[in-house]
Amino acid sequence: MSVDARLRVERPGFALDLDLHIEAGQVVALLGPNGAGKTTTLRTLAGLNALSSGRIAIDDAVVEDTSTGRRIPTERRGIGLLFQDYLLFPHLSALDNVAFGLRCQGRSKAEARTAAAAWLERVGLSEHAAARPAALSGGQAQRVALARALAPSPRLLLLDEPLAALDAHTRLDIRTRLRHHLADFTGATLLVTHDPLDAMILADRLIVIEHGQLVQAGTPGEIARHPRTEYIARLVGLNLYRGTATDHRVRLTQGADITTVDSHQGPVFVAFRPTAVALYRTRPDGTPRNQWPVTVAGIERRGDHVRIDLTGPLPIAADITPAALAELDLAPGTEVWATVKATETSTYPA
Amino acid sequence: MPGRTPSLRPRTGRAEGPRRGPSPTATRRVPLALLLPALLGVVFLTLPLIGLLVRTPWSDLTAQLRGTQVLQALRLSLITASLATALSLVLGVPLAWLLARARFPGRRLLRALITVPLVLPPVVGGVALLLALGRRGILGQYLDSWFGITLPFTTAGVVLAEAFVAMPFLVLSVEGALRAADPRFEDAAATLGASGWTTFRRVTLPLIAPGVAAGAVLAWARALGEFGATITFAGNFPGTTQTMPLAVYLALQDDPQAAIVLSLILLAVSITVLAALRERWMTTA
Repeated sequence: MSVDARLRVERPGFALDLDLHIEAGQVVALLGPNGAGKTTTLRTLAGLNALSSGRIAIDDAVVEDTSTGRRIPTERRGIGLLFQDYLLFPHLSALDNVAFGLRCQGRSKAEARTAAAAWLERVGLSEHAAARPAALSGGQAQRVALARALAPSPRLLLLDEPLAALDAHTRLDIRTRLRHHLADFTGATLLVTHDPLDAMILADRLIVIEHGQLVQAGTPGEIARHPRTEYIARLVGLNLYRGTATDHRVRLTQGADITTVDSHQGPVFVAFRPTAVALYRTRPDGTPRNQWPVTVAGIERRGDHVRIDLTGPLPIAADITPAALAELDLAPGTEVWATVKATETSTYPA
Repeated sequence: MPGRTPSLRPRTGRAEGPRRGPSPTATRRVPLALLLPALLGVVFLTLPLIGLLVRTPWSDLTAQLRGTQVLQALRLSLITASLATALSLVLGVPLAWLLARARFPGRRLLRALITVPLVLPPVVGGVALLLALGRRGILGQYLDSWFGITLPFTTAGVVLAEAFVAMPFLVLSVEGALRAADPRFEDAAATLGASGWTTFRRVTLPLIAPGVAAGAVLAWARALGEFGATITFAGNFPGTTQTMPLAVYLALQDDPQAAIVLSLILLAVSITVLAALRERWMTTA
């Protein structure tokens, strides 16, 4: 039960060009900014959008191939799709929503309902079997929608932002539940999300796309440590620069130099955490060997720390404590010195 | 949009929210230039109905009702209007689906063609039906010579004439409901393995049921009041093609009392329909 796809979709002003392989039992997260082509990828795999060119095989069965003109419609692809806003049928009870796919497989009403009841029990909603979707909370509706997608035993499960419509508290609970259900699922799973945390917790492998193109693929750990685009770096909370290394010195594309702990030659990425940045009102003397005069561009409270956006020889995000903010008396426009120790940097080939 | 019925907004499954639409503020003064014509309009629309009620021979109402002609016409009207509505449903709902969901060249033209009976004088519709389905009509001559079926001046002809005039109301109402319904529910059904027909039957149709019902009620009311196309295509034979409106018109010539009674019955039926519509599907904003 694996999925192999070569997707080319062309629309005015947008082109998707992505090769995708998902093993049985594997959860792959498709991560990317808005408009990157995540939902298009999902709908194309489901057969709700047509390929411009390419081929999709689910379980060695070719469901779409533009070179032969083969195109199996959505309802015969053996897929399950969990929509972002669930799309539970409003005129059917939770039980009948889950039974819908089983009925379409030709099972009798009684049989489908029995199986659907078992699914509702698995997602912990037996007591809501008779409820209409309008009477369910967001989290309950999500669980019914997941049961509905899984009940017909799809070979490929597609999840479109499955947690995006939930509030923060429910999200935590549902994410954990979803993780359990995905672990039990034997087919291939493709999860579309713009939330790196969802992706890292739920997926075995991440695929990051921007403007319809693959920009990075790997395990969550690899991607978090070594982001290759500014979008990913921002997602995982890193300052990321490109440059050319000569031993421990890197000349960044912005023109500034940075001293790194690793030694490299040629094109590299340099990354460091916002917490690794120290700010001073006057030019500091002493150990940190990377220091730049910068200007405060923005100040934003984030949980227990404060994110300072700095402009200057290179754009830097710095995280400091509220106490430090008060002590430094920072405001937009304030000129300060930013320093980063070489040991706080991470360098890897571009 | 041509031929839309803006007063009807079928409530689809999820549209149970608070009623929208601006509510006039109590403090705003109504300009006299609007108020006077508006009041005249009210008088103009209600006075004839009041006249009908005032002139009704309430004392011998039951005697009038017992007249076989009246009951016969009423029965025929109810049956033919219901059959015309059924015919409109069977043909009109798929047609509305085609207009709302399918993409094909000439769709706008098709919609325009379908709405023609809405604006066409019904008598012209009756003439057109004769030319198409009459004994020498383009289709009617074959119906007659091959199957021995004659439609004009029969009860079936009444049903056809009524359906011809009433079906566009149903089509437009259902099409509006389809456009208002989220087509992604149909995507969801497809991902669950439902064929196009299953999706239509088990998802689309229940979602647009209020719109279908509203359209059916409108079509039924239109069929019930149909006069011009019926008398042209089906004639005026008591018992087979003489519906209520024809009976009213004829009665007015020689028995005005009976005409009033018949009119009163039609009025009662119309008001019942209107009440049913308002209760469930009409926006009262």
